[in-house]
Amino acid sequence: METVNTGRTVKLEIVRQDTENGSTRVEKFEVPYRPGMNVISALMHIQKYPVTAEGQNTTPVSWDMSCLEEVCGACSMVINGRPQQSCSALVDKLTQPIRLEPMKTFPVVRDLQVDRSRMFNALKKVKAWVPIDGTYDLGEGPRMPERKRQWAYELSKCMTCGVCMEACPNVSESASFMGPAPLSQVRLFNTHPTGAMNKDERLAAIMGDGGLANCGNSQNCVAACPKGIPLTTSIAALNRATTVQMFKNFFGSDHMVD
Amino acid sequence: MSKDREFLWRRLHSLLGVVPVGLFLAFHLSLNFTAVGGEESYNTATGMMELVPHSLLLAMEWIIIYIPLMFHAFYGVYIAFTATNNVKRFSTFRNWMFALQRFTGIFLVIFIAWHIFQTRVQKAFGEEVNFDMMAEIVANPVMLGFYIVGILSATFHLANGLWSFLVSWGITQSKKSQQIATYITLLVFVILSIMGVAAILAFV
Ligand code: HEM
Ligand code: SF4
Ligand code: FES
Repeated sequence: METVNTGRTVKLEIVRQDTENGSTRVEKFEVPYRPGMNVISALMHIQKYPVTAEGQNTTPVSWDMSCLEEVCGACSMVINGRPQQSCSALVDKLTQPIRLEPMKTFPVVRDLQVDRSRMFNALKKVKAWVPIDGTYDLGEGPRMPERKRQWAYELSKCMTCGVCMEACPNVSESASFMGPAPLSQVRLFNTHPTGAMNKDERLAAIMGDGGLANCGNSQNCVAACPKGIPLTTSIAALNRATTVQMFKNFFGSDHMVD
Repeated sequence: MSKDREFLWRRLHSLLGVVPVGLFLAFHLSLNFTAVGGEESYNTATGMMELVPHSLLLAMEWIIIYIPLMFHAFYGVYIAFTATNNVKRFSTFRNWMFALQRFTGIFLVIFIAWHIFQTRVQKAFGEEVNFDMMAEIVANPVMLGFYIVGILSATFHLANGLWSFLVSWGITQSKKSQQIATYITLLVFVILSIMGVAAILAFV
């Protein structure tokens, strides 16, 4: 691959940051063009030859990646102003110079690397799983209708990439909002027949501070999600579920599931 | 605010925006609209308010207007300042509505405070609120402009607020219902705006 010489180059502008909370600077790079390149292959070239467009030696740019096929979500960054996965961002489809920035809604670890812990903590808070552990065999759970399974599959595609969090004007380091992705997961697990046995616990979690009510309906999340998850429909559906739960909590005989 | 009460505060904020504050705005603009029929028609309509016993009117003002409005406004300012607007990067219709809801809210704090000072506070000092008072205010073109922007901010904020109220309470969930709600609230905006602006121009 390295030997392919097209004679063309790709221009990049990368926002660099050496340490957490450290100062930022923009560095320009020019890397040899190869057909079918994605942003990560350009970053890999810079990793091997950490020299700026002006010929200055610099440190290699750091970023996260894992699957390289848009399923893990690790490589998300802001490319030409839009948060997206760098592994599936093709150079041919981007205007140059390609500007790379970290998703600043999260703490920046270094360069394009961010710490998405906040999202994972939110998933724990809302209990985004189906609890099946017990001291004895609990047997089979209730069956899930096939049509429902197919629909729920769409919600399960979330890869906690953080793009919807970056797009949301109400998610930031200075605000407590947990963001769209963990909310939609509540809808997913409350739909699951076994998961629904704990649906009141999940609703209680999103009715807590930093929860569902922080959504301001900008609907950026649904426009940005690379997996096409109907986030705003999930949020509206949860709004209805929590409205009902709110009245149940107050007027009902107890706070349990039904 | 105590822990884990945010959900209730937010729902209260949302509810108060419609009942009573939104309803009051619709009533207020309707009453002002009588100015289009001339000075006499306006003075008769507003004079009706004088039929309500003074102490009852004062209690109603506080319960229906000032307290709910202050809660909605101050909590609204807090909500508006926790947002990081990004219409440059995401210039979709809904994101613009999101930003405008916040801008108009902040502007309304200034406008409503000024408006109450110019009318209600003056009344407390013994001035009479009638056609002439408003005519005097809007004789100044700067004030007229300020009032028109204020009225449009209020009608926009209420109409778009109704749209998000429907989502916040889980009434409109599907894309289609939300789209239709957009058209209906747009109509609400147009009707209230025409009424409001026609009314203020009637004083000129
Ligand atoms: C003319 C008086 C006002 C009326 C009729 C009104 C009405 C409304 C309504 C109906 C909503 C929708 C609630 C929802 O999303 O569920 C709303 C939202 C909002 N209002 Fe007001 N409002 C008024 C004044 C103000 C003021 C003075 C502020 C101060 C900044 C303000 C700030 C906000 C904010 C930030 C929201 C968005 C809340 C959210 O999406 O979470 N409003 N308003
Ligand atoms: S909902 Fe979509 S944008 Fe948000 S984290 Fe999941 S996959 Fe990414
Ligand atoms: S590396 Fe996994 S999504 Fe890009």
